[in-house]
Amino acid sequence: MTALHELTVAELSKALRTRTVSSVELARAFLARIEQHQQGLNAFITVLREEALAEAARADARLAAGEEGAVIGVPIAHKDIFCTRGQRTTCGSRMLANFVSPYDATVVERLRAAGAVTVGKTNMDEFAMGSSNETSYFGPVRNPWDPARVPGGSSGGSAAAVAARLAPAATATDTGGSIRQPAALCGVTGLKPTYGRVSRFGMIAFASSLDQGGLITRSAEDSALLLGTMAGFDERDSTSVQLPVPDYCATLEQPLKGLKIGLLKEFFDEGLDPDSAQRIRDGLEVLREQGATLKEVSLPNLPLSGGMLFQSCALRRRALWLSLRESARSAGPVSALAR
Amino acid sequence: MSLNRQDIDKIALLARLALTESEVPAYVENLSRIMALVGELERADTSQVEPMAHPLPGQRQRLRADEVTAGDQRELFQRNAPQVEAGLYLVPRVLE
Repeated sequence: MTALHELTVAELSKALRTRTVSSVELARAFLARIEQHQQGLNAFITVLREEALAEAARADARLAAGEEGAVIGVPIAHKDIFCTRGQRTTCGSRMLANFVSPYDATVVERLRAAGAVTVGKTNMDEFAMGSSNETSYFGPVRNPWDPARVPGGSSGGSAAAVAARLAPAATATDTGGSIRQPAALCGVTGLKPTYGRVSRFGMIAFASSLDQGGLITRSAEDSALLLGTMAGFDERDSTSVQLPVPDYCATLEQPLKGLKIGLLKEFFDEGLDPDSAQRIRDGLEVLREQGATLKEVSLPNLPLSGGMLFQSCALRRRALWLSLRESARSAGPVSALAR
Repeated sequence: MSLNRQDIDKIALLARLALTESEVPAYVENLSRIMALVGELERADTSQVEPMAHPLPGQRQRLRADEVTAGDQRELFQRNAPQVEAGLYLVPRVLE
């Protein structure tokens, strides 16, 4: 029999529903994997051992009561940028090293309600600003394929955890590549959904007009399963879209015929490493064989996107600074205490 | 836009960062490069571009009635503070 940690979310879900395995057994198996590899990889900032076992026991009770649901009892990890009620949420920073969130992010709340079991909070670049996961206050994350290499970032802990089979899936966030790049460097599936699809409430902001919550998994099927749970309108996020969430799993078996994929000409310039270029071309060939049409397109302003990203961060920092300055000005309680 | 040593000294002072003498040249170079990158944006001709509030069509900034919707959770929020008294945060004295 395949080891439990080698199974995908879809396979684990099936094993749970057929009572081949219990959620508590799964939680134990993945917690043991984490324990075994935490020192070498440093993929986690916080491991939620007792909490996960308690959540798993509740999931088992729901399954025993006959409740249906694809993610009931499935272990997952959350990037430590998502607020988790009553649990430490650090965003990879010393500034938040002892911050215990008073509420759940919408993403966490929805996955929890659907029965997913949180095994821990994954490591990340400090405040999500980095592409190597070397800037975390809690130390760098190692790439499971070669510990001498970086896993990418900022969702490096999520990517390394899924690649090393410490969790079957993990949440992640992407502003300027923070899901897609570590997924590529760790050889796993990364999904940055369309802006507005997943609520940003309780997801610590980097550049609000670009931030989007998403997933690191091992297959498109697993991403479809979990995105269906995470996505949807949330009135607490002012840019959340008011559109129905499609059944992402319904189209998994469809051929790619009729799908048009744009290849950005500017991404294939001389800055692209020849080996990476070959891998991308190999991947595109698979999509073409499946029926997709590939079409080269040009975004002439693409070279400006680096500057754009810096500008958005700077504006965000300035907004934060202004709000801090305002709260410092209305220092009522401080002066009251001074008297 | 290029920054010089005086600019870096001033920025470090404002940010309350202590830079050693040997770190300054790297900051002069790196911050100048970031400023140049952002400066590139000025090349973009945006005269014919309509401002975009949301990448998806038909999505508008939502407004809601100006009503109190959340209850008082002061006690919950203050659990993160090292010291509180009578509902107030106690902080080290910063003014003499």
